[in-house]
Amino acid sequence: MKPGVRLANAFYVMVLPAFLLFFIFHTIPVIQGIYYSFTDSPGYGPANFVGLRNYIALFTDPRVLHAYWFTFLIAAVATVLVNIVSLAIAVGLNGRIKFKNGLRGIYFIPNVLAILVVGYIFNYLFSNSVPALATKIGIDSLSTSLLTKASTAWIAIVILAVWQSAAFNIIIYIAGLQTVPTEMYEASNLDGASAWRQFRSITFPMIAGFFTINMVLSLKGFLQIFDHIVALTGGGPGTDTESVALLIYKGGFQGGEYGYQSANSVIFFIVIVGFSIVQLRVLQRREVEV
Amino acid sequence: MATTLRRRQDGPGINWWLTALLMVLALTIAVPLYFAVVTALKTTDQLGGTGFGLPTDIRWANFADAWRLTDFPRTALNSAVITVGAVVLTLLTNSMVAYAIARNMHRRLFKILYYYFVSALFVPFPIIMLPVAKETAILHLDNRVGLVLLYVVYGLAFNIFIFTAYINSIPQALEEAAVIDGASTWQVFWRVIFPLMAPMNATVGILTCLWAWNDFLLPLVILSDPGSATLPLVQYVFQSQFQTNYPAAFASYLMAMAPLLIVYVFAQRWVISGVTRGAVK
Repeated sequence: MKPGVRLANAFYVMVLPAFLLFFIFHTIPVIQGIYYSFTDSPGYGPANFVGLRNYIALFTDPRVLHAYWFTFLIAAVATVLVNIVSLAIAVGLNGRIKFKNGLRGIYFIPNVLAILVVGYIFNYLFSNSVPALATKIGIDSLSTSLLTKASTAWIAIVILAVWQSAAFNIIIYIAGLQTVPTEMYEASNLDGASAWRQFRSITFPMIAGFFTINMVLSLKGFLQIFDHIVALTGGGPGTDTESVALLIYKGGFQGGEYGYQSANSVIFFIVIVGFSIVQLRVLQRREVEV
Repeated sequence: MATTLRRRQDGPGINWWLTALLMVLALTIAVPLYFAVVTALKTTDQLGGTGFGLPTDIRWANFADAWRLTDFPRTALNSAVITVGAVVLTLLTNSMVAYAIARNMHRRLFKILYYYFVSALFVPFPIIMLPVAKETAILHLDNRVGLVLLYVVYGLAFNIFIFTAYINSIPQALEEAAVIDGASTWQVFWRVIFPLMAPMNATVGILTCLWAWNDFLLPLVILSDPGSATLPLVQYVFQSQFQTNYPAAFASYLMAMAPLLIVYVFAQRWVISGVTRGAVK
């Protein structure tokens, strides 16, 4: 198109409002957050500049360190599980099955439900139904609620996270599987390749890009885990199941730690970006190799 | 895609074992939903045990209780207004921004703008939630209008990403023809480009709808007036206030999930293909 003056004006008008709104509601908050991270602001009233004190304090605060450890644990386990589960189900749903569309429709359902609301249903299941069921059939280890102990509550959180998130990942994997030409399977069938061999040598390499995307998005999503924990444990018992996002919310809005949690946000941002970049690099290198 | 599907389905032999296995696994989806339904229909003294049994005495009044306690008509209307507002405004504005950027990527300003918007993909919401809550309160946007605005702005990063990829696949010759016929840039966009973007608009519309309807964190930190609470937010409040009345709580969960679930049942294939399209781009 000819870049005439009138033409360009219209394009500027198209992007200007979006730019302004984005700047006001995204960039300014980011800058403000960074600014507050160097203050002792409780979230209201005057604040003093404290330099790096918040940042130094973060690294020795057991509650903060625990939140990071807990968030990494959940994110790592859930990311791996979600991808195994959804890839397996997607391969199944892409096979020669009856009721293909109906089954795909069912497996996508969790993605149209609010995590918080589903979480409350799971909360009741974990704290009442599962113990009752376990008592009935005599599994002692499950006869008390998973949610009341920190050592087991994370399992319940991972189960909910995987249940909800698999739905979306399955659809993306199915989209990936449909890009694999069927001729490749026909050829390998003639060569007498087993199903597992076909998966390893054809399917998986062909959808490596989708695997990368799902791994990166899953990890990034689970590192921000919030709704799941609010619905299942509220961060308890004590602060044992607090994720970083929940800690920022609680400390920042209710705990008078606005400046301190702003510093935590900045660290959290660096951590998430760092993880995403490393993961992308590693996974993409693997993509090239296979 | 359609041809592969057909060929596979017509191929020799349906794998019944695999079908059965997938149907059994699908119970993991069905069981919690079944559980929610039966619990919502019980009286409180029928609770206890594993809770999977059917209600012996159906209590429809749970729904009436939930309706009243959560102020359902108002709450559902809040959710609906916010969701519709977010979807409509997102489609009208984000597509336009993407168009302007996609067609001017050779200009440095627009290229910078593209990376500026897309870089927001790396900024998770918890990082800006404290300042945004403060800012919206100061600007008197700690309400439904502010929430709609934030969904439109925060969707921009991802939407620009998939919209521009799609616009690049639309041949520019179409626009040039319209320009020769005397159409202005605006006319080209609304009459030629916007209609051509229908598949991507559907994708973005579906994703925005699911997000705005189900979101909990943004309403939690932005909305200050309890009267403008959305469905997920009110479940959160409800939870602490009505701890013991589980049947009413479950009735309210069902009522919160129902609207989108019903839409999904009727528009299933459409929703799934929309999401898939977003993923492949």
